[in-house]
Amino acid sequence: MSDLIRLTAAETAAAVASGAASAVEVAQAHLDRISEVDERVHAFLHVDTEGALAAAAAVDSARAAGATLSPLAGVPLALKDVMTQKGIPTTCGSRILEGWRPPYDSTVTARLKAAGVVILGKTNMDEFAMGSSTEHSAYGPTHNPWDLDRIPGGSGGGSAAAVAAFEAPLAIGTDTGGSIRQPAAVTGTVGVKPTYGAVSRYGLVALASSLDQAGPCARTVLDAALLHATIAGHDPLDSTSFDGPVPDVVGAALRADVQGMRIGVVKELSGEGYQAGVQQRFDEAVALLTGMGAEVVEVSCPNFPYALAAYYLILPSECSSNLAKFDGMRFGLRVGEDDGDPSVEQVMGRTRAAGFGAEAIRRIMLGTYALSAGYYDAYYGQAQKVRTLIARDFAAAFEQVDVLISPTAPTTAFKLGEKLDDPLAMYLNDVATIPANLAGIPGMSLPAGLAPEDGLPVGLQIMAPAMADDRLYNVGAALEAALLSNWGRPILQEAPSL
Amino acid sequence: MSTAITEPVVPYDEVIAEFDPVLGLEVHVELGTATKMFCGCPTEFGAEPNTQTCPTCLGLPGSLPVVNAIGVESAIRIGLALNCSIAEWCRFARKNYFYPDMPKNFQTSQYDEPICFNGYLDVEVETDDGMRTFRVEIERAHMEEDTGKTSHQGGATGRIHGADYSLVDYNRAGIPLIEIVTKPITGTGKYAPEVAKAYVTALREILRGLGVSDVKMEQGSLRCDANVSLRPSPESPLGTRTETKNVNSLRSVERSVRYEMTRQAAILRAGNKVMQETRHWHEDTGVTTSGRPKSDADDYRYFPEPDLVPIAPSREWVEQLRAALPENPSVLRARVQAAWGISDFEMMAVVKAGALELVAATVAAGADQAAARKWWVGEVTRIANERGVELVDLPITPVDIARVEAMVGAGALNDKLARQVIEAVLAGEGSPDDVVATRGLAVVSDDGPLLEAIDAALAEAPDVAEKILSGKLAAAGAIVGAVMKATRGQADAARVRELLLERLGVAE
Repeated sequence: MSDLIRLTAAETAAAVASGAASAVEVAQAHLDRISEVDERVHAFLHVDTEGALAAAAAVDSARAAGATLSPLAGVPLALKDVMTQKGIPTTCGSRILEGWRPPYDSTVTARLKAAGVVILGKTNMDEFAMGSSTEHSAYGPTHNPWDLDRIPGGSGGGSAAAVAAFEAPLAIGTDTGGSIRQPAAVTGTVGVKPTYGAVSRYGLVALASSLDQAGPCARTVLDAALLHATIAGHDPLDSTSFDGPVPDVVGAALRADVQGMRIGVVKELSGEGYQAGVQQRFDEAVALLTGMGAEVVEVSCPNFPYALAAYYLILPSECSSNLAKFDGMRFGLRVGEDDGDPSVEQVMGRTRAAGFGAEAIRRIMLGTYALSAGYYDAYYGQAQKVRTLIARDFAAAFEQVDVLISPTAPTTAFKLGEKLDDPLAMYLNDVATIPANLAGIPGMSLPAGLAPEDGLPVGLQIMAPAMADDRLYNVGAALEAALLSNWGRPILQEAPSL
Repeated sequence: MSTAITEPVVPYDEVIAEFDPVLGLEVHVELGTATKMFCGCPTEFGAEPNTQTCPTCLGLPGSLPVVNAIGVESAIRIGLALNCSIAEWCRFARKNYFYPDMPKNFQTSQYDEPICFNGYLDVEVETDDGMRTFRVEIERAHMEEDTGKTSHQGGATGRIHGADYSLVDYNRAGIPLIEIVTKPITGTGKYAPEVAKAYVTALREILRGLGVSDVKMEQGSLRCDANVSLRPSPESPLGTRTETKNVNSLRSVERSVRYEMTRQAAILRAGNKVMQETRHWHEDTGVTTSGRPKSDADDYRYFPEPDLVPIAPSREWVEQLRAALPENPSVLRARVQAAWGISDFEMMAVVKAGALELVAATVAAGADQAAARKWWVGEVTRIANERGVELVDLPITPVDIARVEAMVGAGALNDKLARQVIEAVLAGEGSPDDVVATRGLAVVSDDGPLLEAIDAALAEAPDVAEKILSGKLAAAGAIVGAVMKATRGQADAARVRELLLERLGVAE
């Protein structure tokens, strides 16, 4: 086959299953692509050539032996470096974990392996998933395949860029405040944050335990659904894992029918701060949905303006505790043990000072402060109340409509370095994605077109009630099909070729 | 090893004359669950260091906890046995602080939502006016995980200062702990040390009866921190407290409280302030030394553990557990004393020996209560003291003692042989029946060999035979003794005497 890297995941799986292409050929094509472009994109922190080819060969052998293949068998995938993979370096984009090879697979990793998915390597990310640009990686930023001078979003910029640059048809991301959806929006790809608890967090190195959720990155809604179905489902190793059936996300992506559905446009997620071209493409998508028979109404979520502030108390609080274990005692970096006759506390302090980047240190300090005696109620306690109010806003909204929509991010991809010195401006990138994390509900971002003023991708966000992830795929696939017929070809074909 | 630091103390009588003591006891109990609190690792004591670990109890990046249901059940049973209310809904919380034996640098514990709260335990203490009951109120009992164990290598003291390096064993990390905290214990007056000891003793009895822990203080499966403060009078506000750690035996509980009272009294009497701190008890020198300063402002930045879901024990489950609780030891004591018809004094002897349950079980296995008490409080306690261990830790069971006593009753063993059997069982030679068979121990009950031995003894001492024949029956003892010697103690002395008199045709 000619251009294996341009196939969707569904097409790749079909080609492998039919024998039109071998899994090894597919893997090699992607490894070649990585060799060709990743020096410029820097989506990967580690490429596991040997492991990928061995996994692909195993799929080919299984097929030769007449085994029934899983729906994604032989499809290559890029794994965000926040997921453990046994024996493979896992850094979370941080110096402090440099050289650490986990002795165990995350549940997501184990499920991918069991499904015959070929893991190509680990992708770049903001350190410990803190950021919206991947510039906070200790190993240098990832570049947006649409414009190498621009950010690919974050924290999962590596995963989104790998998919957008045709280095992998699929990737795993994690989304604590938008880290799957915002990179998808600015790279013209599809990203889904499932319902909190739908995908096991076992082996996902925690940023904020009550917000983190792993999910699929892909180039089409159907591909995302196939990956979602592969990784979701109850895990006894994760107490917060949802013990119930996984919604039929693949069926919903194939149905792609919004006739008679009620869709709410979130009033608070538009207007000031939203780039004109972003708003324009969003409005056009709303018109398309109406044209397909959906009833679109405006819905108000009055507490959303407080979401960002609450998030930046809850996240740092949990993060300050979750990152305490990185102390140089048991794994990863250890600094300054031979300098003088230091105490254990001094070695811990030196290791953490040297191993964490500025953003990690900022959030650890914010969280330590917010949890301190005398401040807990005013900060953490108050933020939890806001969180409850956000959940109530969603509950009220979902009494009126089946799904909610908004722009995914207020702007298209900005220039590398543009917001690095302004944390608040950086945080505002996630203003539309954070409410879903606070409420634990699922959200999807899919391409809505290119902003007229800069020619860069615009993302549209769909949100659904908890455990109704299938609605995202139904609406997303319907909109994707309508947009595709308008454009005539997938939006990624517009990207300047690398 | 401890450095001798002698701080001034005040004679105990004077402490009591001038001050009112207030106690607070925190007891940590390691549960005897097969697996750890938040992962599936085994909990067996004494394994090779760091062989009972996994990503979760090592706190590796990405790992997550899962609650051990047996741990929760044990916590509820402990709470019920201590007359606590059981929370309808509670959560775990993270206690954040850095220490190398804490894999995650936070301990998963409970904070303002403990699973058990508001209970009490009545304990009995011998006072100048006889036995008196003190009610110790329980503030809370909560679930948490143990830390790893650090040992400091090299240096003179075995403590962290001056050590060359330290080793950490994470086998203990994640073992389920229940922390039981009393409210301030007031009104004990001069009996404060005894009340402290009686409380820990009673608590240990209850925990053992529940079967939730092996409660071995010397192995650390039951650990007590004793908070002590003094105030001028019961009407005064609470004084500054110290928290004494490393209290590893019941005796240490009493001694350390007594010592702290005398030490604090000296400070207060001199017009100085007691420093709020942890103190380290030294069993060898009988003193406490300063640990680290501890203030109420210690900030552990507690917050609800987001990796675990809340625990909401159903009322039906709690009631089932309550119904299945074993009898409370104090109730058991009263009932047993009445059933056996023994005096307070005799009962205290059993209780003090820590033998109540063992005696009761021996009676249940068929022995007479007086005989069961005699063996446990006498011979077996003597051996336990010799070995410096608790009665229950000796390798002999109530069934063994009942069997020995049955053999005595049947005339197959006499007292001396029975003691030999017990010693052999304790030496690991098998069950009483095994010992009797292997060692060939048995009272010689066949008259034939006895008559031969009697004849031989009479022939040796014709003068004694004359005395007996002349009516001096007391002289029979010499012949009986000779026969017993000849049969290596295996004869029944009473039967020998009977046969001897018969032989000589003398009536009693």
